[in-house]
Amino acid sequence: MSVILAFIVLAPLLSSVLIGLLYMFSITKKPLRKRWFTIPALFAPFISFVLGLSGFLYVAKYDIPLHFQPYLWLGVGEYKIYMGFLGDKLSLFMVLFITFVGWLIHLYATSYMSEDKGYGKFFFYFNLFLSSMLLLVLADGPLIMFIGWEGVGLCSYLLISFYFQDNANVVAGNKAFIVNRVGDLGFLIGLAILFFYCSDAGFSYATIAAKISTMPLWLMELVGIALFIGAMGKSAQIPLYVWLPDAMAGPTPVSALIHAATMVTAGVYMVARFAFLYELIPTIGLFIAYIGAFSALFAAIIATKQSDIKKILAYSTMSQLGYMFIAVGLGAYSSALFHVFTHAFFKALLFMGAGAVIVALHHEQNIFKMGKMRHVTPVVYMSMLIATLAISGIPPFAGFFSKDEILLVAFSSGEYVIWGIAVCSAVLTAYYMFRLFFVVFEGKNIKHAHHPHDVSWVMKAPLVILAIGSLCAGFVGLPSLLGGSHLIGTWLGEWGMRAVHVSHETEWWLLALNVAISLLGIGIAYKKFSAYDFSKHQEVTKGVVYNKFYVDEVYDFLFVRSIKKLSEFFAVNLDVNIVDRFIMGLSYGVIKLGHLVALVQNAHVRLYALIMMLGISAASCYLIYVLG
Amino acid sequence: MIANSLFMYITVAMILFSIGLLGVISRKNIFVIYMSIELMLNAINLIFIALSNYHHDMGGQVLAMFVIAIAAAEAGVFLSLIIVLYRRKKTLDSDIFRTLSQKEAV
Repeated sequence: MSVILAFIVLAPLLSSVLIGLLYMFSITKKPLRKRWFTIPALFAPFISFVLGLSGFLYVAKYDIPLHFQPYLWLGVGEYKIYMGFLGDKLSLFMVLFITFVGWLIHLYATSYMSEDKGYGKFFFYFNLFLSSMLLLVLADGPLIMFIGWEGVGLCSYLLISFYFQDNANVVAGNKAFIVNRVGDLGFLIGLAILFFYCSDAGFSYATIAAKISTMPLWLMELVGIALFIGAMGKSAQIPLYVWLPDAMAGPTPVSALIHAATMVTAGVYMVARFAFLYELIPTIGLFIAYIGAFSALFAAIIATKQSDIKKILAYSTMSQLGYMFIAVGLGAYSSALFHVFTHAFFKALLFMGAGAVIVALHHEQNIFKMGKMRHVTPVVYMSMLIATLAISGIPPFAGFFSKDEILLVAFSSGEYVIWGIAVCSAVLTAYYMFRLFFVVFEGKNIKHAHHPHDVSWVMKAPLVILAIGSLCAGFVGLPSLLGGSHLIGTWLGEWGMRAVHVSHETEWWLLALNVAISLLGIGIAYKKFSAYDFSKHQEVTKGVVYNKFYVDEVYDFLFVRSIKKLSEFFAVNLDVNIVDRFIMGLSYGVIKLGHLVALVQNAHVRLYALIMMLGISAASCYLIYVLG
Repeated sequence: MIANSLFMYITVAMILFSIGLLGVISRKNIFVIYMSIELMLNAINLIFIALSNYHHDMGGQVLAMFVIAIAAAEAGVFLSLIIVLYRRKKTLDSDIFRTLSQKEAV
């Protein structure tokens, strides 16, 4: 049974290889029809989903984790690292929604990318991306996880700079790749320390967990921070978030895949996977929670002033990831994963809805050039409304339950600062999401540059499915307060919730407060944008917030330019003036010496004979007197 | 007595060798240089044979026969080379032939 774990990863990997070969064939030999790419591209995630579901049901029935080790991946003396797959409750839970949402995004992409010349290439990367993410999730040890971790980074780079003809997209791809490398360095340092202390003839989560307590506390904290730096890079938290907004340069399905099902949730998953470590170091957990809270607020503030529809959604992702890190930092892993789960639905829906609007308007991304889309694309309108309500935290939509739970955790663990920041972010979230919604769908008096058209049903069908998901996903984790049994919390028993030390009455008050603050945010947005009139509008393109607090510029100044200066210093002063002079001087000296020696070779045969005889005499004297 | 005579043989050989060496170094004519080389070879031969006799070992004499044979072959090559050289430059002065020198090459 456990062999299915390997096939969950292999199915998209093999299909990506197949698509890659077909694409090579189609561009070099003869063009192929699109369905050659479409069929394997859609089939593979579906197989993974079915296999993941069967594994899930198996684990649910027998309550033992699946573990599969096909072969020895690395054997150095005593150390043996097996290629291993671990299908426990956490990873199979992740696999389920990754493959499901991933499959819907694939379906959507077949329509979105249908006009593109690189159709086959796109699905080659796309399936590889999914495969890497599944490997990351299903790995049984951090090294195998790291393969997936890097694969995800590589594929995000390839996909973000997919429209590589435009230099800005390539720059964005590079930025994502480089910022992720910074995080990966932290992750690698953490792994190296863990390997030094906790590897015992193997290096899987189980062996680390068994030996973790032998480490000194300060080292554990160091490992905790180092691993979290990796999570910062992948999951776009302060200060390594800068790549996420720029990652919008890629095609919209890529954004949906990165933000909803894969990549950014890797950091949250990783921290949850290392729960056994983070439970021993609550101070680092608190640090993570604070980083998450600040990221949530920071991103929400920036999002209120952006005008690019995809950038607004990117900042909202960062903000929601902040919530997840608040939860994992405070030890409420199941709450965080619940939010990951609901977020996957509504964020995929938001991106795909945004993509549909963008296609309907002939690739226009500025929300202040949209407007009136309600009548053009009613299905998109309805599904976007559901997603926006879900992310804003209005019951009974999915986001409400998970966000409420995270706020409850923050409140009950006594971290009122974090709770306060999270509440402020919630108001802002509701505000900026409805700002986007009202402007795009309700704005009046807009003159579109091109006549907008409705999108095909291949694009709308996933939206409808995800809209249903966004409507219902929250009920999976219905808290006991509302008469539910919190299926996710029960399922992820090992990563269980912190016990909540507040009375039911307080819980009700918090719940009411959450709804109230969401309504407040929506109210402000309604007042300012509900009857948005494009003819009177002047787009704001100034101010600190619009310019994202100049963080990119500060980073540019602090890191990019200083490193550039340093390398220029090395290139000019050290290399040209010192190293080159030394090396060139050396060769010049050798040439001079050669000329000097060459003087002896002056064609005076008799001189040669004399020198030869002198040499022989000296050698003879040496033989006679020294060697006896 | 035999030791004395060995010393005499070697003295003669050394004198012959020194004359040959002096000839090679100081004379310009290629013919004279060649003759000096032959003189040095024969000095060596003398030492071979004297020591062979002293040690009662025929190896030295065998070696001397080889040297004579090779010298004969060498004479053929050397004389023909001298003829070729003479045809080129109409001279036998060794200092004229300097095509391979550093100065000529540069």
